[in-house]
This record gives sequence, C-alpha cells and structure tokens, in this order.
Amino acid sequence: MDYLYYPGCSLKSTGRPYDESIRAVFQALGLNLTEVEDWNCCGATAYMAVNELKAYALASRNLALSERQGTANDPKARPEVVVPCAACYLVLCKAQRYLAESNGNAQKIRDALKVGGLKYKGKVKIRHPLDIFVNAVGLDTIKARVTKPLQGLRVASYYGCQIIRPYATFDDQTNPQSMDRLVEALGGEPVDWPLKTRCCGGSLTGTIEEVGLRLSYILLREAKKRGADVVITACPLCQFNLECYQDRMSQRFEEPVELPVAFFTQLMGMAFGLPENELGLQRLFVPLRPAVAAQEGGQHVHA
Amino acid sequence: MSMPNAKTNGDAPRIGVYVCHCGINIAGKVNCSEVAKFAATLPNVVVSRDYKFMCSDPGQEIIQEDIRERGVNRVVVASCSPLMHEKTFRKACMDAGLNPYYFQMANIREHVSWVTQDKAEATEKSKALIAAAVRRVGLHQPLEKRFVNVNQDVVVVGGGIAGIHAALTLASAGKHVYLIEREPTIGGHMAKFDKTFPTLDCAACILTPKMSDVKSHPNITLWTYSEVVGVDGFAGNFKVKVKRKPRYVKEEDCVGCLLCVDACVFKNAKFDDEFNLGLGKRKPIYMPFPQATPPVVLIDPTQCLRLAKGKCAEKCVTVCEKNAIDFTQQEKIEEVECGAVILATGFQVFDALRIPKYGYGKYANVYTSLEVERLVNASGPTGGEIVLRDGSKPKSVGIVHCVGSRDKKTNDYCSRVCCMYSLKLAHLVKERTGAEVYNFYIDMRTPGKGYEEFYDRLLEEGTHFIRGRVAEVTDWAMTPEEEGKLIIRAEDTLIGVPRRIPVDMVILSVGLEPHADADAVRRLFGISCSHQGWFTERHPKLAPVSTATDGIFLAGACQGPKDIPDTVAQAGAAAAEALAMVVRGHVELEPNTAYIHAELCSGCRTCIGMCPYNAIRTDETSEFQVSVVNEALCKGCGTCVAACPSGAIEQNLFTDGQIFEEIEGVLSYV
Repeated sequence: MDYLYYPGCSLKSTGRPYDESIRAVFQALGLNLTEVEDWNCCGATAYMAVNELKAYALASRNLALSERQGTANDPKARPEVVVPCAACYLVLCKAQRYLAESNGNAQKIRDALKVGGLKYKGKVKIRHPLDIFVNAVGLDTIKARVTKPLQGLRVASYYGCQIIRPYATFDDQTNPQSMDRLVEALGGEPVDWPLKTRCCGGSLTGTIEEVGLRLSYILLREAKKRGADVVITACPLCQFNLECYQDRMSQRFEEPVELPVAFFTQLMGMAFGLPENELGLQRLFVPLRPAVAAQEGGQHVHA
Repeated sequence: MSMPNAKTNGDAPRIGVYVCHCGINIAGKVNCSEVAKFAATLPNVVVSRDYKFMCSDPGQEIIQEDIRERGVNRVVVASCSPLMHEKTFRKACMDAGLNPYYFQMANIREHVSWVTQDKAEATEKSKALIAAAVRRVGLHQPLEKRFVNVNQDVVVVGGGIAGIHAALTLASAGKHVYLIEREPTIGGHMAKFDKTFPTLDCAACILTPKMSDVKSHPNITLWTYSEVVGVDGFAGNFKVKVKRKPRYVKEEDCVGCLLCVDACVFKNAKFDDEFNLGLGKRKPIYMPFPQATPPVVLIDPTQCLRLAKGKCAEKCVTVCEKNAIDFTQQEKIEEVECGAVILATGFQVFDALRIPKYGYGKYANVYTSLEVERLVNASGPTGGEIVLRDGSKPKSVGIVHCVGSRDKKTNDYCSRVCCMYSLKLAHLVKERTGAEVYNFYIDMRTPGKGYEEFYDRLLEEGTHFIRGRVAEVTDWAMTPEEEGKLIIRAEDTLIGVPRRIPVDMVILSVGLEPHADADAVRRLFGISCSHQGWFTERHPKLAPVSTATDGIFLAGACQGPKDIPDTVAQAGAAAAEALAMVVRGHVELEPNTAYIHAELCSGCRTCIGMCPYNAIRTDETSEFQVSVVNEALCKGCGTCVAACPSGAIEQNLFTDGQIFEEIEGVLSYV
C-alpha cells in the first residue's frame, strides 16, 4: 500500500524521533511513504487564531498538492495522506470540511489555489497513523510482526485532545481505545486511566508556564501513580510538554515525576525489533531503554 | 341531519368577502380596508367588508345578515388558519340557511401577516389569496356531512399511573375498557418509586389500591404482557390487534402463591431482576414484585431449563396445586373493537452510558436515580438500605442533575421531574444514612404546588447545593482525602471556582426520553410526534390530550416529561375527552371523500393498492370491473386522485375545477 506523507514542521524539528520511527515502522510493515512535495505550514494554532482564512488557505494548498501528486498516475485514485502531528491532522481535517461546505470563503480559497496553479476536488483522505495501524493494517497483522513483545510493560496511552476532538474520525471522543488496543497487540499492558484526553497544557507551557506545567504535572503524576512504566503519545506537542519539563515539574510540585514519554511509533518499532537509532530513541531526554530493559525476561519492576 | 342547500341550487354565485383584522394580528401587517375594497371589484362579489374580529358573535352576524338580506350564497372569510375557525364560519353559514360547504377560507394570518415583514407585500399577498378563494368558491357544491356510530368501548395502551387512572375513570363511567400493558404487570415507573415528592407519601401506598381496583373492576379487561401490533379503522370504529405473549402460566388459574418459585430447580436466584434494574436477582419463574397486578408468575423461556433445553425435573409443575404451569402456551393475536384509544405509553429514562464522562458503567458506585429509587425502596434489593456495592454505607453522596437533559449533545429539553426527584432522593439519603449530600444543578426548577417549599426544606436540612454542570466523575485523586473516592469536578458558578468534591456514591439524575420504539408506536396509531419523539397533541394549549387523528387521545409522559400530579390530571382529561366522544354516540365525518367516475374508470386497480385506508374495492357487478370508494372508510387523503392514470377520481372540496380556479386566482392577480 502506498501512502502520501505530510510530516509538518514539528516532525522536522522537536518531533524528529516521531518522523524517524514512523518511517521505520511503515517500512517494517511493507507500507510505502512518499513525502508530499513542496508542502508548507499546515496553518495550525497561531495562524488559525489570527487569520482563519489564511490558515485554511495554507492547509488547502497541502491538500491540493497531495491530490495532484496522488492522482498523477491514475486520475481516478483516491490518495490517502498520513498526517502524524495531531495539530496538522486537525487543521487539515477542518480545511477538508470547510471546503466541502462550499460557502463564500471556500470559493475565496479555491480562487487563491487557482492563482497558484492548483485546484482541490476533495479526493484526498486524511489519515492519522494510529488510524492506519488499527483500522487499515489491523491488530492481527501488527501482532504477527512483533518479535520482541513488550511483556509486562505498563503503558499509559495519552491521546491528547486533537486527534479525536471534535471530529472523532476513528475513535471515541471521551474514552478512546485504539492506542490501548495497539499496546495489547505489541504485548504490553495498557494502563487504564481517566486522563487520556485531558489537556497537556498545549502552548501554555511556553506562555503561561504556571498553568501549562500544572496540567502536564497532573498527567505524569497520575500515570506514575497507576504504575505506568512509560507514557506514549500521538502528538509532538504533548510529547514535548510531558517530557521536556519534567525537572521543572518535580521541582515546583516537590514530587518526582520522572517517567519516559515516547511516541507510540517508537514503542511499535521496539516491539518489531528495529534498531534503536532508526527509532530516534537516542533523542529522548528521559531514556526509554531502562524501562523496557527491566521487562525483558518477563521481569516486572513494579511486581 | 339534513343540511340546507335549496337556497342556492341553480343560482349564480353571489359572493360575500369578509376580511378579518384579528385585532392587530392581521391588521398590524395587512391594510384590511384596502384588501376589502379590492375584493369588491372581483367578479361575482356582491359585498365585501372588513371587521375587527370576524369570529366574534357580531362578526358572524354580519355574514348571516348578508346571507339573509343581500342574497349572498357563497362566503369567503379571509382570516386565520382553517384549523382554527373553519368550523365556526361553516356553522354560521349553516345557521343562516346556507350549505356550510359554500364557504372558503383564505388564511391571511399564518400564511401572511405572521410571516411577512413588509406591509405592502403583506397586503398584496392577501389580495392574491382572496382572489383565489373567490374563484374557487364559485365552483363549490353543496355537500352533506356523514355520521357514523361509535363503538362504546375504549382501549387504553399502557398500564402506568396514566393508563391506570384513565382506565378507572372510563370504567367507573360505565364504559368497557381494554387496558393493554406490555410488561407482565401494570404499575409502570411509579411502582418502582419509594416516596413521591413533595409530600413524601409512599408510592406503593397510593398506587397499589388503584392497581387492584383495575384488576377487580367489572368494566376493565386487563391484558398484561401484551402489545398492540396493528390498528385499523377510524374514529368511532377502531380494530386493534393485540399480541399476547406467553407467560407459560395460566393467568386465570395462578393464585400467586409462589410455591413454584421456591420449588424451581434453580436453588438460587441468579438472573438479573428487570424490576430492580439488575440490582437484584430472580429465578426463571418469578413474579416481578410482591404487589404485581395481575398477581401471577411468569416464566422466562430463555432461562427456564424446560423451555430452553427441553430437560428439567419440572418441580414447579409438581408443586402447583392449581396445575397452572403450561409449557405449551403460544403467542397469540387477539382483536378488539373500540371507539376510542388512549395512548399512555410513558417514557424511558436516559441511558447514562451515553455520557461516559460521568463514569456510569465504569465506576461501580455511580448509580442512576432510578436504581437508587430501588435501593431506597423497602421492597427493593437491599430492603431499603442505601448501601454501596460492597455493602457499606456511603458517607458522602453527590447528585448530578440534568444528566441527558438541557444538553445539546443529548436531549435539549428540560425533563421537568429531575430537580424534584433529586431533592427527594437527597432527603431520603440524608435521612437514612446521615451522609453529606451534594446537589450539582444548573438551575433549580421547582414550579408546582408545595415544590418550592420542599426545596426550602432541603436547604434547611443542610444539603449542599453547588450551581454548575458537572464536568466529570473520575477517580484520579489529587490529595490524600480524595484517595479511593469518586471525585466530582464542576465549576461552582456562584463563586466562580472549579471544585473537586470527593464522594462515596454518585447519583445521576437521568432525564426522561420517549421510548426507543415510540416512533413505531405513533406510526401504528397514525399520530405525529415532535422532533424529540414525544407524541404531539392537537393543540399545545387548547387540545392538550387530543391528537391530530380523531379518536386517539394522549395521557401522561408519552406526550412529554411529566410528574405524577400532571400525569394523573392529564389522564383524567383524556378519559373525559374519550368519554365525550363515545357518549355522543356518533362521529361526524367531513364530506371531502373521493369518488370515481365509472365511465372514465378502466378498472386498472391502481387506486386499490394505493389507498392507505382500504377504502376502495372493485365493483364485481359492473360490466368493466370498475373501482368504487367506500365513503365510510375514505379519509380524503387524495392519494388515489393523484394516482389514477385515467383521471377518473375526484375528491369533494378538491375537484380539479376548484383547484385550477384557485391557481388561476392567484396567478391572474397582478
């Protein structure tokens, strides 16, 4: 199966391990990823708040480019584009709907695309990698690919807000399950916790740190309390917030919150037995290896 | 009864037009005197007037005087919807000696003044509608109303407090009632309650005497475990098909001694008890609750070894002295005839699983309010003890209001009863456990006799009230005091602070919803429902228990959320309306029936298949096997008229000529 790939800016910078592990895992599953040529900013967060129309125009250009590239060989093709960053995923989904509604502004965007020599017919299907693994590849196939099951590893799946809200394209809005089922397929033990979609602090960590840090702290504290060995995320900002400020959280709230926070694709790669440097494990601030190593041979650190 | 028509036969139309101001309802937008002046210029119009209230007595007298003195023989009133006053004006014409069907109404209120911004436009549109009515009325023919005798029996569907009260009212007036209930016992939701607000009288104490009255009343035929599956006929003469489900116990022989239940090969009750919402257990042979009416047992065929597997020691049979157990019983269909039907099918409670953030189904000690009613009830699974799943008494209880009510994601309406029953439960919980009770509400809604006073009483009793919709019920603790508790998170909007209240037990005050199959039921009876699924009354103020279908009446919560006092009041009203209809002895049918021009009919029978009322048949005696309409069955829907490929069918009051004239009238007006 061939997929187009829209990495977005995060996966080229702070979220590089996400990009690396996605490419590795897709390859391991025999799925082909082709990066969308000449892609641009998705139009997320700041743009959306400042100028909605421009944000939609930016997002729509990416959709138009994807459509052109995906239908180049076969005009009847319905290309699927993989969008791993939760913010990109949401904005592209939003733009898709916005254009389909065909109001006056949608026409303005079409006109803008036309000036750039582009058009968009709405053929592109936007998919999150989690959706692809669980619903297109299937958990049985994933299970069959596992060579090093994550036996005894207690994993708290953290979905964040954007991949399931407001659209709930492939999972439940209030109690999503797909990542937990994936963890099971990898041989790990999902941690049941009620904070799967609670706010990580988002960009507040960079603006009103006091509020942002507290939100991240609540998540890590509860995951730790429930015996999680690792928290996995499907969003580069969530991963960044939860991982990079752990020392500051521990200091402020006078409670150690150190816990590995990885991308879910990194955990998949480990279960598939892929080399660690291909999964970007060396880039994590809180190393994942010790947590996983402790499980090898069926030993459980919290036993 | 014969209607006057001699006066106009053969005469040229002499039309009177009457434009109503309806106070300022019409006159506020339409220049009525200008419209009346315009009408006077139309062909065949001999008099045209405008008046403040045409429907008033003086207004009607103006029309009648013109009929008598000026020889007016066709009448057009331009006023409100025909639904409102068509009958009024037809009667006025008749009283003045004119056939009532020489009348046409132009709706310039609902269709014009209420929906048009611009005054000039409204005036012009009124003129067009009047021009159409004037053209049409010229072709009207004198018609006769039809009268059909009414069957004196009444079917009441649903045996909750609404159906029970309606049935008893009708029965004590001497009418025979078939009370049909789909559950094995009557009593409905009320039978599950412990106390009733605001007086705190015991629900069973006031309900069970009425239940046994139903059982013993000579005028009531009680069919429980039965469902209506078909309805034919029309007001005055309905045929209702009822599916009677097998109990595998002969209802007439069982005395309710329960020896069979004790004897059942299942030593322990292990199946979820529906009456206690699964909080208690029962055996495959059971009586729903001690005061069940009729007081007979029934067998669940999916659980009974004899019925499910064919193999059992059949100890129930051995022990039954009355030989009442009958494994050969089959489902059967029975048909009853009646003149009127009262629908009292009630409601279902909102499914709390639909709001996962409140933790129902996830956290053991999150209950719905109906479950807590069973816990509080002395005949419930805990004998009236309010305890948690582990048997301990809660020290703190949170009651979450508006679960599935006033919420765009679920149901947008207020369920009306939840504030009051939440207060009642708060009182009972506090009284029996001494727990701290927290009510989380959006607005307290206590409009009713003694309701606000009850709220005051709760405030004085020290129940906590926190104004704010609950965000979530969760188990992640932030402090040692929260460990092991359920935490209710809500913004207290009176102090503007988010709060976390740890409690042992959460009660979700679930709202009321139409039954899942309400839509199928309303189709069965040919009535309409709101977008939310509640059955629609004919008029929200002035015909609250009638429906748009004659002879079908509504009682209780199937029409909308209602508490017990309102339900009983409405059930009484529905009984009275049904009684008025059957006592009158006949119903009038509009003469707007279809008729077939035999010389045009090709006998293709297209119409026979289309007719929703089975009112058309083939005249086997005719040479060309033409179709004929049975006027008594025809409802005037016009389906056959449109379907006939030969154009052989016409309908009284809607002939092609009349409709074309009407269209010409609108279009020729410039």
